[in-house]
Amino acid sequence: MKTRLLTGLLSLLMPAMVLAGEYDLTVDRVEIDTGDFVKEGIGYNGKSPGPVMRFKEGENVRINVTNNLDEMTSIHWHGLILPFDQDGVPGISFPGIKPGETFTYEFPIQQAGTYWFHSHSGFQEPDGAYGSIVIEPEGREPFRYDREYVVQLTDKHPHSGDRIMRNLKMMPDYYNREQQTVGEFFSDVSENGLMNTVRDRMAWGGMRMMKADVEDLQGFTGLINGKGPDQNWTGLFEPGERIRLRFINSSAMTYFDIRIPGLDMTVVQADGNNVQPVNVDEFRIGVAETYDVIVRPKDEQAYTIFAESMGRSGYARATLAPEEGMEAAVPQLREPARLTMADMSGMHGMDHGSMAGMDHGNMEMGSSEDMAGMDHSSMEGKDHSNMSSMDHSNMKGMDHSGMAGMDHGSMAMGKESPSDPFYAKGSGLVPTAANGGKFLSYADLKAQNPLYEDREPTREIELRLTGNMERYTWSINGVKYEDADPIRLKYGERVRFKFVNETMMTHPMHLHGMWSILDVGAGQWNPIKHTVSVQPGTTVYMETEVDEPGQWAFHCHLSYHAAAGMFRKVIVEGGPESKQAKTDVIAEEGGEA
Amino acid sequence: MSRIRSVVAVSFLASMGFSTAVTAQEMISDTTARKQPLTTWGVQFEEFEYRYSDDDEELGVWNADAFYGTDDFKVRLLTTGEYEIAEQAYETLENQLVGQIPISKFFDAKAGVRFDTPEGPDRTYAVLGVAGLAPQWFEIDANLYVSKDGDTSTELDAEYELLLTNYWILAATLDATVAFSEDREIGVGKGLVSTETGLRLSYDLIDRAFSPYVGVVHERKYGDSADFAEADGGSTEDWFAVIGARIAF
Repeated sequence: MKTRLLTGLLSLLMPAMVLAGEYDLTVDRVEIDTGDFVKEGIGYNGKSPGPVMRFKEGENVRINVTNNLDEMTSIHWHGLILPFDQDGVPGISFPGIKPGETFTYEFPIQQAGTYWFHSHSGFQEPDGAYGSIVIEPEGREPFRYDREYVVQLTDKHPHSGDRIMRNLKMMPDYYNREQQTVGEFFSDVSENGLMNTVRDRMAWGGMRMMKADVEDLQGFTGLINGKGPDQNWTGLFEPGERIRLRFINSSAMTYFDIRIPGLDMTVVQADGNNVQPVNVDEFRIGVAETYDVIVRPKDEQAYTIFAESMGRSGYARATLAPEEGMEAAVPQLREPARLTMADMSGMHGMDHGSMAGMDHGNMEMGSSEDMAGMDHSSMEGKDHSNMSSMDHSNMKGMDHSGMAGMDHGSMAMGKESPSDPFYAKGSGLVPTAANGGKFLSYADLKAQNPLYEDREPTREIELRLTGNMERYTWSINGVKYEDADPIRLKYGERVRFKFVNETMMTHPMHLHGMWSILDVGAGQWNPIKHTVSVQPGTTVYMETEVDEPGQWAFHCHLSYHAAAGMFRKVIVEGGPESKQAKTDVIAEEGGEA
Repeated sequence: MSRIRSVVAVSFLASMGFSTAVTAQEMISDTTARKQPLTTWGVQFEEFEYRYSDDDEELGVWNADAFYGTDDFKVRLLTTGEYEIAEQAYETLENQLVGQIPISKFFDAKAGVRFDTPEGPDRTYAVLGVAGLAPQWFEIDANLYVSKDGDTSTELDAEYELLLTNYWILAATLDATVAFSEDREIGVGKGLVSTETGLRLSYDLIDRAFSPYVGVVHERKYGDSADFAEADGGSTEDWFAVIGARIAF
């Protein structure tokens, strides 16, 4: 504490000085006890999850990572902006860390917020090799809190990552225990009639697709900070305090819908970047995403943090309480989600272009001439490829008469047909809040402070997310990583990535090293993320200011999708002299683009 | 976590040194396993069972396959056997070794050899087949066999699984063999040779690795093949009660 104080004081007095922190991490075989089962896994400093790494914006960190395993390892600092050779992806950033070796990472901390770290080698991350990162900002934050907790989720499975991959390859439905049964057939018959039910089953059977194909990997125990539901991780508070909860989804495969019955949550940060505060009752956290929320429990009682998996096959649970040992009711899991034909709409090469006109009709350009203050909440997620080239000055003259029937984000919570512009219209995956209240949408996320000036992208790159569930192959533009050429970007350009999800699964796409500016239609207030979820049957855009030289990984963050081929290397060519890496890449990786 | 915090005065020179130290790295090429085709393997016993027939015949039966390979090419060993417990003899014993490649979204082509070494004469065949998932969830495996002597036959295997619940599964199977030429020595007549239909009710006890079941199996021979069986003192139609387990690892 004393040194810390001194550090703070000195750094105040001497702005020319730079903070340097030295940290040690060991990578170890550990035992993981979920309360449901005990298994061997991999952890850091003897535990899984690993420690909370606390950095300060502006410091130079040196992190000594010692590999105590009998296999190669690596640590990737998820969401951190750093030189590419410190990014920790074997084969792309560096060769990896050999058994017994200590590798020293060294990089400046240029950002603040909640992040995480994990192994990028094999299936070490699903096997337990992950931890959290909290970076204290240099300046003041635009929100206040009295207390903070990291709430790190994972989907701990009794099987090892290697075994899971092999089982999925052998039988893609190996872990799916939410499939449609004879019982569901009869209940559907009584609800929808025999002919409709038979027609529905024939349509899905004809495609050889399962409506129940929401979660590939079931049978896990949801953990929060390493504790299973029965072990009940508990964060203490005093009534009236503002608590900042730093949610991190470190799951291999699982999206969670998170709520704290009895408490409103104010989302203040997404993927480490401050957003304009949004009050929600519930939110969905994609794999590898982070959300910081502030809650203010006023009563002397316990509250359950309930994280239900998107497919409702499992959950994680923790408690906020004034005293250790107190607990609140744990809700029941809701009915398993079922995909609809809307979620399949990407599969048949549907022409998304035809939707563009419709989507533009949805743009809420009416109420304000001030772009910044505009609420574009109903237009994102679909195809608005013309957006970038639109002349904004014309918008004022738009005919707003068609707006009456618009599907506003704020109205999207209607119970009968929930909608969210980031889901296909009629999708079975559209989330609703358990209490009927507000469920966070990507459309609600607006940057608090744009990192970059808004400008026209220099080009667009289309990435179709592709796969074959029956073979458990996953790819981009139909090409697996093993056969793919790298994606080449030029330093200084602003690239618009167009994700077209042609599969029936949700893919959290993660570009290393550079920010992903998610197009929610908010122009310069578009949120800045590191992981962007693309729902089935949707097209999502993000823009990246190509401002880091080197080579980077770009992949779906579902562990078994990435390993099956939904992965790319990105090479950034050029760059300023001082930052430039040697770009003479060894000839490699032949194949189709 | 041990952690040392210190204050370091960094001169402009040193800070430049920091950035150049970082950048003097070469961009490496990816030679990790991730860049290689994913190799996997699996072993499955679709049937591993005891059969008791309506005329008190007892059989030990298996139908299994093991594979090793990538998305683009797999080697598969398929093995089927019926062991007559009283006579301590193999009624059938077939082993196939095939290479398998994808030919469409849901189907693979197979080619290889089949060795039949039951009690009695042996046979060797060349195998050409397709296997995959047909619309409405029928698992299909269709094969063409050509023996060393030029005898040809085809075999069609179809399976449908009805999920009573997510753990109780009723599996219906049909296996039919048609010969295009006679092979009297092993009791095969031209035309439809035989069918085997089965209905098995299983419960997934340990994941999908061990699923015990009970069921009934009906075997029938047709046409000349039936006549040959009768002439040789065998039966042309059998009903079996079966008990066994599906195994996968």
